[in-house]
Amino acid sequence: MSAAMHPAGSAALSVWVEGVALWTPRLPGWPAARAVLRGETQPQGEPAPRPQPALLPPTERRRAPDTVAVALEVAFAACASAGRDPARLPSVFASAYGDLPLNDYMCATLARTPLLVSPTRFHNSVHNAAAGYWTIATGCLEPYTALSAREHTFGAGLLSAATQAVSEDAAVLYVAYDIEACGPMATMVSSRGLFGVAMVLSPQPSTRAVARLVCEVRAGSAPRNSAASAQAAALVQGNAMAGCLCVFEALAQEVPRELMQTLSGGLALSVAIVPRGPVA
Amino acid sequence: MAALPSHGGSGRTAPLSVSAATLVCAAGRGRAAVLAALRERRTGLARNAFTSVPLETWIGRVPGIEAEPWPHSLAEWECRNNRLAWAALCTDDFRARVAQARSRYGAGRIAVVVGTSTASVGATEEAYCRLEPDGQFPPDLRRPVIHTPHSLAGFTQQALGLEGFALTIATACSSSAKVFAEAARLLALGLADAAVVGGADSLCGSVLFGFHSLALLSAQPCRPFDPGRDGISLGEGAGFALLEREGPGPWLLGYGESSDAHHMSSPHPEGLGARRAIERALARAGLPAGAVDYINLHGTASHKNDEIEARVVAELFPARTRASSTKGWTGHALGAAGILEAVITLMALEAQFAPGTLNARTLDPVCGPQLMLAGEERSLACASSHSFGFGGSNCVLLFGRERPA
Repeated sequence: MSAAMHPAGSAALSVWVEGVALWTPRLPGWPAARAVLRGETQPQGEPAPRPQPALLPPTERRRAPDTVAVALEVAFAACASAGRDPARLPSVFASAYGDLPLNDYMCATLARTPLLVSPTRFHNSVHNAAAGYWTIATGCLEPYTALSAREHTFGAGLLSAATQAVSEDAAVLYVAYDIEACGPMATMVSSRGLFGVAMVLSPQPSTRAVARLVCEVRAGSAPRNSAASAQAAALVQGNAMAGCLCVFEALAQEVPRELMQTLSGGLALSVAIVPRGPVA
Repeated sequence: MAALPSHGGSGRTAPLSVSAATLVCAAGRGRAAVLAALRERRTGLARNAFTSVPLETWIGRVPGIEAEPWPHSLAEWECRNNRLAWAALCTDDFRARVAQARSRYGAGRIAVVVGTSTASVGATEEAYCRLEPDGQFPPDLRRPVIHTPHSLAGFTQQALGLEGFALTIATACSSSAKVFAEAARLLALGLADAAVVGGADSLCGSVLFGFHSLALLSAQPCRPFDPGRDGISLGEGAGFALLEREGPGPWLLGYGESSDAHHMSSPHPEGLGARRAIERALARAGLPAGAVDYINLHGTASHKNDEIEARVVAELFPARTRASSTKGWTGHALGAAGILEAVITLMALEAQFAPGTLNARTLDPVCGPQLMLAGEERSLACASSHSFGFGGSNCVLLFGRERPA
């Protein structure tokens, strides 16, 4: 955190984290990730195969793009751990770059044989594909937002989700993910591996809450994301969403922490994490 | 910690002044030009000559945009999509109005929230057509900032000299309608003092051949609500609005968002999501459906969308409400449709003119008495804009000429 950051004139937003989820091939699911991030176990040596979201019909499960697979996996796990019905939660889906392999497919096909673009791959290539599949699979009529803010996407999405939770006085599902760039696209956009995180954010405290997040916008020059421990960071290294790992490390360790997530070249979101005390 | 202004999810929210607004689309550049085209029933649609491989469809192209001078200071951001955005920013005195707001509030207190479906992907497509032998992008397109979904927001922020929160919403056809809801929440919680909202989408291979692959393009100019309609005409454009808590108006009175939970590329058969978005916008504004004088419909001319939207409007609104689709003038500008039609709705309030529907010869029998082919000069106090998107994302915006008491 830069010492030069100062409050940007906004009030702080308080939200309570009710359910947490994380998936990356060496930390496939929150129970495994939590134990590793607490230093209790080593990450598994063999990367796990891509998640197969049980929410999707079997035929769609295999064909679903990686973005949809990882986003639905963590979204469902976060709702389950929060004990919340997914159909009743508005959602925010954040991804810096969306489905990069489908983007590569579209551009490569358009350059050679534009009339042969696959309709399924086209509609899976849109930035809101994962959110669309989520609301269809869960029967959710509540609104979703699909967003991007390039390297500031996690912080921007968290601010958007927290703002929605507080201003609409409703719990919000927040999902963030990025996948690996490929083809010529990979020379312009850098992202490696498969990484998704999710949490349910409630504007009210409850027995379901595992921590409170106090979010405040700070201004200052060239802010940087807070770092996770080197050992943990190596597990998601190079992924466009890797900068948020510190937040999940703090949630796993259940220690109070104040972390920074960038919002732009001159703004950052200060996220104070206050774990729930021992249950009496 | 400072106390937060609080209002519940079902309660009314404070109206916001739409203190400036601009648009550029196939029907014209700027509000006056577009209004003249709407009154004179001049379409912006023309036969597709945009794609390298022939595709029999009509498009709403903004002519000449690729050949215009480009500011050296923004060289890194040059691409068709940002050209459309720049054209809109330079129209209707918009940059000057934002500059005044910047001196009032400070550059860090004005958020930029913009919507797009494909951002600058046209530039990425071009790079793939001109790859170097080693697979690198051609040198003139080795500009990472434009090859991401956030290109438009980054460009808009830099072009306007703003330093606040910047966000891109990409929910297909509802993208640049939902920006009003997002900005309203930021302003309600004091996270910004003003917001530049808007969006841009440009014609590109992805959408032209993508919608062709889904068999959704018409070979003729699109005919919203005509019983013989057979698909959409794609368009392009950009628009922006400046939102503030206090100002001259007109006013954003409410917004309603929902999901269809039905299908990625086909609307809910009973219009469940659309209905919910309309009802939420009315509830937030504290108004009955009868208060809505004019609705700018999503009206894409796809068979299903128009049938379902017409049914919902016929059921929810009284006969005196006027409703039309302006896509016969502009084409469907996808992620920019929300802002183009929001600005057209604001223009309708300003001019006291409800635009009609172009290219349809007769109305589908499913349409209620609200649907109109001819434009009407009439008294309009309250008007709404519908955006129902691909991926089942819906947003309805409600605007008023006067600030409610």
